Amino acid sequence: MMYLLLFVEFFKIGLFSIGGGLATFPFLQDLAQRYDWMTAHDLLDMIAISESTPGPIGINTATFVGYQCGGILGGIIATLGIISPSIIIIVLVAHYYMKFSEQTIVRSTLDGIRPAVVGLIGAAGFEVAKVSLLNINKFLQSNNFFELFNFKSILLFIIMLYLIFKYKKHPILYIIASGIIGIILKY
Amino acid sequence: MKTLLDLFFIFARIGGFTFGGGYAMLPIIQKEIVEKRHWATESEILDYYAIGQCTPGIIAINTSTFIGYKKKGILGAIFATLGMVTPSLIIITTIAIFFKHFQEYQIVQHALGGIRVVVVALITSTIIKMWKKSVKNWIGILFFIISFILISLTSISPVIIIIIFGMTGNFINLNKRIDEK
Repeated sequence: MMYLLLFVEFFKIGLFSIGGGLATFPFLQDLAQRYDWMTAHDLLDMIAISESTPGPIGINTATFVGYQCGGILGGIIATLGIISPSIIIIVLVAHYYMKFSEQTIVRSTLDGIRPAVVGLIGAAGFEVAKVSLLNINKFLQSNNFFELFNFKSILLFIIMLYLIFKYKKHPILYIIASGIIGIILKY
Repeated sequence: MKTLLDLFFIFARIGGFTFGGGYAMLPIIQKEIVEKRHWATESEILDYYAIGQCTPGIIAINTSTFIGYKKKGILGAIFATLGMVTPSLIIITTIAIFFKHFQEYQIVQHALGGIRVVVVALITSTIIKMWKKSVKNWIGILFFIISFILISLTSISPVIIIIIFGMTGNFINLNKRIDEK
């Protein structure tokens, strides 16, 4: 019964959260209030861990909350719950996309959307860049212009960008290498 | 069956190395799906991502489901999506059982510090490739800049931005296409 409840609750989150992993947080806070599965503080810890482990953040938190509530099976059921609406909705949308994507009206709509989406992805990358390449807080405290730049990170960024373009290896390779460099040089 | 298993394992690889939001998976998708296997083009991935953003659910999941469906129908969608969530299930369950204070370990923080930097570099290279495929004229450049600024400086939802640019693009391009005929 508890598993059914978990599935239904996470199905609802999958169905009503639009626009990325962060969109699921208000729903999770609501869960924390309505059930005794976790406290609001537990939830913050789970989100912090979900952000620092691989995998989509929304999936990581679903697995975590599900585990907290119903063990390993609970984690699996919560995750299946949150992805089920996506599978149903996207299969329907994809079906019509394949059918109509060559039509002029759909093509011209998508022509307008694509550059905007590149801008959107650019903005997301810029947000991460602000955190990982700059020290905005330090700069605001000291007002020293040179404090703004995290030179150690910028150097790694430039080297990696060069290697990515020069050797065109698999992204996973660069991710592993940077993780190791991060540990050795204490990033 | 082989393609279904391929889908499962490719997406498991993607899920296992996505650090950050849905955008962070794009460099690996580009390598595995566009460059190595030619299962979709860069423009199609952008379309899936845009649709995944505007439909309910997690973007990374929606995009995986879409690619899986395109390759192998409903079963393909299910296998790709299950592949995408499997690393999360294994990693999070392990952490929940053994390392409750995972993110407090210094070594984890240092590794993530390095990884965050490379994610910016990977995204930069992906954006350059996608730019070449999708920004074809000054209208495209304008759309890119406006959307970048709106997302960075305002709290307008990406969903709204995509819908507005879709409508504007439709209006502008439709007129152009009719002129060309």
